[in-house]
Amino acid sequence: MTTPLALKVNGNAVSVQVEPRTLLVQLLRETLRLTGTHVGCDTGQCGACTVHLDGRAVKSCTMLAVQAAGCEITTIEGVAAPSGDLHPMQAAFKEHHGLQCGFCTPGMVMNAIDLARSKADLSEAEVRGGLDGNLCRCTGYQNIVKAVLAGAAAMRS
Amino acid sequence: MYTFDYARPESLKDVATALRKQGEAKLLAGGQSLVQALRLRLAHPPALVDLQAIPELRGIAVANNVVSVGAMTRHAEVAASREIQRAIPALAKLAAGIGDRQVRNQGTIGGSLANADPGADYPAAVLGLGANIVTNKREIPADKFFLGLFETALKPGELIVRVDFPLPLRAGYAKFRNPASRFALVGVFVCDTTSGVRVAVTGAGPCVFRAKRMEKVLAKDFTPQAVEKIVLPAEGLNTDIHAQADYRAHLVTVMAQRAVEAAAKL
Repeated sequence: MTTPLALKVNGNAVSVQVEPRTLLVQLLRETLRLTGTHVGCDTGQCGACTVHLDGRAVKSCTMLAVQAAGCEITTIEGVAAPSGDLHPMQAAFKEHHGLQCGFCTPGMVMNAIDLARSKADLSEAEVRGGLDGNLCRCTGYQNIVKAVLAGAAAMRS
Repeated sequence: MYTFDYARPESLKDVATALRKQGEAKLLAGGQSLVQALRLRLAHPPALVDLQAIPELRGIAVANNVVSVGAMTRHAEVAASREIQRAIPALAKLAAGIGDRQVRNQGTIGGSLANADPGADYPAAVLGLGANIVTNKREIPADKFFLGLFETALKPGELIVRVDFPLPLRAGYAKFRNPASRFALVGVFVCDTTSGVRVAVTGAGPCVFRAKRMEKVLAKDFTPQAVEKIVLPAEGLNTDIHAQADYRAHLVTVMAQRAVEAAAKL
């Protein structure tokens, strides 16, 4: 049995029929073909699937698509400017080499953008704490933390 | 995941109707535990009743020495609430330490309490502060709410509307968290009130419980040193891949000292 679902994804109105058991990340990746949002652990631990739900960073593998009815979703595909210019947080990850394989990066960037919006003048400790819900298996996090601090500063200016 | 029906009622009355229609339906709050349980097929309800559109279940209010938190209030909202930071700073701090940012942005207090995970943080605050759990049917004192592993006093058709926390003189929470799951391996909430001291322990047993021996000594001497020699018997405490019962017993003593210290600072 399917149910109608209407929501906004990256500014576009989306209207689909889904099974209630469809996860938000399945809707994004499989139905809408927005494959920038990754599935890492599949158990709610790693944060690779992080998207914004009405501006709040959430794990799209731990939410049903129907829970997002009437909401605005932003994925990694929706953060750069329409001109193609990277979002300041994306640019900071590039500049500071905040990634190696890149698998965790979409989730890191989405959480980092929300983190930077939540508080001005983040300390390094706050960034490390704020990234609790995002796992990276390559970098040792040093450059990710540098990138988030730089990206947060760039977002303020 | 097995299939299920989905409803999003907009009033408490409509929740009751939806539950009558599907006796085995489960209530969906933020879904941070339930969605994973569905995925693992640990839960397979015929229907989910989503509570997010019911206005009565939201919001924070402080009046008459009581902090009221609506069941669908998210952890991040409690953590960021200036009113709660002023009234019961230990509660705001506890909420800020639940799970990770993404979980706090979606998980709710009502969901946490109804789920009654043995390692959850909120049960420690609710039992420690001696809160009242207000449902659509009655008020349940915290001492009568937590019955066992994932087991509460909630009856079929009953749902949490809000939680009323009385203001303490001072309170503190300390947790030793599992770094992977971020649940409490052991968490201790201490609370000093005009009618005595309460100490609630989460993570150590099948569900949150009070450490009465610690309460007695803290009532006379509210210092970390007062509890440093009190070690709970390991019998009945949890043993799993993360920690043995005797290690958890040891952690209760250490976390109790830190919680008292935190209460003195806040």
